[in-house]
Amino acid sequence: MSTRLSTGGRLIDRSRKIAFTFNGKRLTGHPGDTLASALLASGQTIMGRSFKYHRPRGVVASGAEEPNALVNLGQGKTHEPNQRATTTELFDGLTATSQNHWPSLEWDIGEVNALLPRFLPAGFYYKTFIHPRAFWKHVFEPFIRQSAGLGKAPDPKQTDPDRYEHFYAHTDVVIAGGGIAGLQAALEAGRAGARVILCEQTAHWGGRAPVDGVEIDGKPAEDWINDTVQALEGMENVHLRLRTMVAGVYDHGYILAYERVADHAPAADTPRHRLWRIRAARVIAATGALERPLSFPGNDKPGVMLASAMRDYITNWGISPGDRTVVVTNNDDAYRTALAIKAAGLDVPCIVDARPEADGPLVQEARARGIRVLTGMGIAGVKGLRGVVAVQLCRQAGEGAVVEDVVCDAVAMSGGWSPVVHLWSHCGGKLTWDKPGAFFRPDHARPPTDQNGEGFVVCAGAADGALHASECLSNASTMARNALTSFGKPAPEAEVAKAAAAHEAPLAPIWVMPQGAGPKKRSKMWLDFQNDVKVSDVQLAAREGYESVEHTKRYTTLGMATDQGKLSNINGLAVLADALGEEIPRVGTTTFRPPYTPISMGAIAGEARGEIFQPLRRTPLHDWHMDHGAYMEPVGHWRRAYCYPRKGESHRDAVNREINATRGGLGLLDASTLGKIIVKGPDAGRFMDMLYTNMMSTLKPGKCRYGLMCSENGFLMDDGVVARLDEDTFLCHTTTGGADRIHAHMEDWLQCEWWDWKVYTANVTEQWAQIGVVGPKSRAVLEKLGTDMDLSNEALPFMGWSAGKLGGFDTRIFRIAFAGELSFEVSVPASQGRALWDALHEAGKEFGVTAYGTEAMHVMRAEKGFIMIGDETDGTVIPQDLGLDWAISKKKEDYLGKRAQERSHMTDPARWKLVGLETLDGSVIPDGAYAVAEGVNANGQGMTQGRVTSTYYSPTLKRGIAMGLVQNGPDRMGEVIEFNTTKKPAKGEAPKTVKAKIVSPVFYDPEGEKQNV
Amino acid sequence: MLTFTCPYCGVTACETELSPGGEAHLKRFGPGSSDEQFEEYLFLRPNVKGVHFERWRHAMGCGKWFLAARDTATLEVFGTYSAQTTEPPADIIAAIRAKRPDWSLT
Amino acid sequence: MSDLVKSALPGARAEGSVTVEEMGLQGMVTLRADLLASGAAIAGVTGAEMPGIRAISAGQGCHVAWMSPDELLILCDHGRAGAMVADLTAALSGQHHLAVNVSDARALFRVAGPAGPLRDTLAKITPADMSAEALAPGEIRRTRLQQVAAAIWFESATEARVICFRSVARYVFDLLAMSAKPGGAVGYH
Repeated sequence: MSTRLSTGGRLIDRSRKIAFTFNGKRLTGHPGDTLASALLASGQTIMGRSFKYHRPRGVVASGAEEPNALVNLGQGKTHEPNQRATTTELFDGLTATSQNHWPSLEWDIGEVNALLPRFLPAGFYYKTFIHPRAFWKHVFEPFIRQSAGLGKAPDPKQTDPDRYEHFYAHTDVVIAGGGIAGLQAALEAGRAGARVILCEQTAHWGGRAPVDGVEIDGKPAEDWINDTVQALEGMENVHLRLRTMVAGVYDHGYILAYERVADHAPAADTPRHRLWRIRAARVIAATGALERPLSFPGNDKPGVMLASAMRDYITNWGISPGDRTVVVTNNDDAYRTALAIKAAGLDVPCIVDARPEADGPLVQEARARGIRVLTGMGIAGVKGLRGVVAVQLCRQAGEGAVVEDVVCDAVAMSGGWSPVVHLWSHCGGKLTWDKPGAFFRPDHARPPTDQNGEGFVVCAGAADGALHASECLSNASTMARNALTSFGKPAPEAEVAKAAAAHEAPLAPIWVMPQGAGPKKRSKMWLDFQNDVKVSDVQLAAREGYESVEHTKRYTTLGMATDQGKLSNINGLAVLADALGEEIPRVGTTTFRPPYTPISMGAIAGEARGEIFQPLRRTPLHDWHMDHGAYMEPVGHWRRAYCYPRKGESHRDAVNREINATRGGLGLLDASTLGKIIVKGPDAGRFMDMLYTNMMSTLKPGKCRYGLMCSENGFLMDDGVVARLDEDTFLCHTTTGGADRIHAHMEDWLQCEWWDWKVYTANVTEQWAQIGVVGPKSRAVLEKLGTDMDLSNEALPFMGWSAGKLGGFDTRIFRIAFAGELSFEVSVPASQGRALWDALHEAGKEFGVTAYGTEAMHVMRAEKGFIMIGDETDGTVIPQDLGLDWAISKKKEDYLGKRAQERSHMTDPARWKLVGLETLDGSVIPDGAYAVAEGVNANGQGMTQGRVTSTYYSPTLKRGIAMGLVQNGPDRMGEVIEFNTTKKPAKGEAPKTVKAKIVSPVFYDPEGEKQNV
Repeated sequence: MLTFTCPYCGVTACETELSPGGEAHLKRFGPGSSDEQFEEYLFLRPNVKGVHFERWRHAMGCGKWFLAARDTATLEVFGTYSAQTTEPPADIIAAIRAKRPDWSLT
Repeated sequence: MSDLVKSALPGARAEGSVTVEEMGLQGMVTLRADLLASGAAIAGVTGAEMPGIRAISAGQGCHVAWMSPDELLILCDHGRAGAMVADLTAALSGQHHLAVNVSDARALFRVAGPAGPLRDTLAKITPADMSAEALAPGEIRRTRLQQVAAAIWFESATEARVICFRSVARYVFDLLAMSAKPGGAVGYH
């Protein structure tokens, strides 16, 4: 059982205690502890359950690569699943619960799966849950759902109370990793005068060197680390950042770094996480290396740990992993762990070294300390159910015949080290196989390249394969200097500190222990601890024909756990290569994708949540709408008033009331969102003729004309009223969502096609508040306000406009009528918009003034048969389909879309065309309903002959009205066709339809007598 | 996350400040053109792997359209230039040749 | 009449690591013209030297900001914008140009505080380089503030200005206020 040693622990403050709970149990730790170290100190060796077999699992690593010790962190609003105990800094009041077990961590029903592993081999789900089909819904799916997912999903009804943010930084160099290599690289870059951001994912500088007993310039590594950090802090061009992980490297020197600002001190009024979005010329990945497990039977039992992790727990946190620890290794480095255990006063019954010989200085030192060193040996099995009781030794070269049982309560394993090459690989850097070290390292000849075609990532130190301290610093210096020189910031000559550590003899690549293990033993050798992928699974995949490592990964789920293969990938692909009879480098690795470790959704979202999730565009009248109970609807990013329901009034009743009030007297509409674009210049007329299907160049100043805009594809993209302000200048109104798009469209053609035309445009949409003053009393209310303009029908006829004072406001008045009534659109500078709106309400009282919203506007325009972009159009509709031929100039040689509209498909007489639709029973046809036709298509589906594009209840006509596109529609006036409905038919009956008569789309005032008065 | 230097305002803008506009140097065919010409103008794009001329607008910036020569596979940018031209200028061609000796404008 | 004329967010103000304030009504005129050919005529109206690329220059009671190779933004008193348009139109008569009052289409914010936190606050919401070397007083940078277009310039080391469209003034104010919240110090710039 693990416990806290009485002394030691370089990172903890033993003078203080902090309290936390695990599965409701109250425990204590020290400041500086991680949750994992504090749990070990409390004797809690089982920290989780594996995914598939629910096997009890202890912590295996001490850092980001941990696959087992995943916990639910926090409660209620702050609850977050799958947090690694090894990277969770302990704080006072931390609450954690274990995951993936039922009913308890110690006793789990699902563990029965582990007794039946041969029924759950690789590809089990793919093979099993196929037939019979009928089983899917009631048998397979519930089974899979019940066993799917680690951790407990956060409660969707809870809102994360924390705050998150982004930060954009621009720098010359980003250095990932604050170990000795990263610090050395930062020194070089700092001295070169480059702007540097140095990120370290943990809370401490220096990485592994202090734990590994490295000496630098004859002193303990910690001294050099402290001196170097101090030197770097003194450099203005160097920015140091702890608790910040470089998560990903992307194209053109874009880097994401994940700063855990307040995870370790959640009470503070700080953002919890900050996502750094950095642009840098160069990235130096000093990301170190990760130790690999050894694949021996029972290597997943609680108490079996990476040798380096055990060293960390002893040295950094003063943890005793057990009283008697067996070390099993294929290299010299693991002997450091044996020596550390010994130095802590604990027992090492033996070191099991798979190599035939071991005689390096570390080995000799171990022997000198009286540790029994067994070479050419391996582990054939681990005894114990929920922990380690003993290991069974065997010959590595054999099949696993047990030669001796060694009683112990912990095992430290080391299968060698793999450089962390993720950041090198994210943007396409290639790897090369280092045979002596048995690892992949960056291939310097094939780096990821940036916008200049230059390599922009280097690995430094252990990440570059310089695993031993003696080569690490000089490698980091060289790699950093190369990177700096490559973008014109050479570093000045400077002495590189000399790092020294005991010499290490080469490792022996050991991928399976023992070498000749049979199927039974291979099915107990874990590769991927979290996903329960074993050596036997990968071998089975190979036998079943999975040759690609990418396919094997997905078939077996090797490396698909939350650690993303950090521990398992190299071991797994070595097993695969062996099974395929291939060289490891030929099998290759799976793709390294960002982020390096999971980052929070909160950090990704940053500030974009709640009120500022999206920009909401507000008109100058927005506050009035809110004060008057408007029900708002989104139109693009705009918020518009849909209707203004009174107390107890339904939306539909409100809409009907607004329409009746407008048609009967006076309605006001906030039309400020309409796009307004100025087009000016000697060639403006010519340009307008190209933009619109109509002839705009002939429009007289003082007049307005309704116009259509098409894309080069011929499809209708926008419509609106154009006013000619003067000989040179047009004002184009666009749809609400269309202003930015249409302005960009105009500039596109002016800048990229007709750049010799003298035309300037300006988007003045938001300069103006625009108010629709609509209804028989509209002229009266304007005249009541007082104006220097003549608003009579003679002076300002339909489709005319005028500028002048209205009630003291600076206005333009357009005589246009989207509702089909006498109406005026009054344009006023936005700063005066609210005041004019209020003045109109005041003056309009005697006329029964009523504000109406977008739905009333829609109904009224539909009653008039006016089309709406986005309702009648969907990107496949041309103006000719909508009976708008009158708005298409026959005289013009060219306009955007004209050639496209000549294509055979566009001129096909059988196209669906716009008509009005009147239900025979007066009901409202469902939105989006299709007109059914005779027969079925090749797939047995019913044929259609049209569809509804707009459908409303008309309070004016007191019946349902609709517009729709119907095949040959305009030639079929009076014909009755049927539309499908959403009404559920009785069993055995045909689907319900509704009958509608094809009529003119103009339902209201076809002669225009209402608007032209 | 690409970056381009806008030739109009000199800002090196990140992709999120720009909007893409597809292939550059298309010749417009209008009324009077054949179906084949119009089809090619509107729809047929070579979708090259390698050197590509393309349109970008500095939308969250000076608002100008510009053209860029870029390798679609390696994302290397050979240069950006004015949109008021019907073919890549000589200095851009030279910059591409310097990096891709085998490449030719066809 | 004056109390009837309202800026986008009258009186909006937030305090934190820096202070964010809406600055009220501000006259703004967009001028599009051949800047090389019309420099003298424009200077005659504004009293400002033609600003170089991305520069902002001071004139008589106004500032002139370079927006693009054929576009300037002239900042003046709100009440003067109409006259500014008329004067520019007169001065440039016979020359192809477009002068238009856009005062009410925009909102203007002052962001003020210690130099480092000021630049840090802005760097939380714009991809543009906010370092003192990259954006010194006298230069205007058009970019985005998270999801909307904006322009930023520094009046001094401790005071910046932000312009955005009027309809998104609330969004931009909220962004700036959120970025300036106490406890969010970055210490980068």
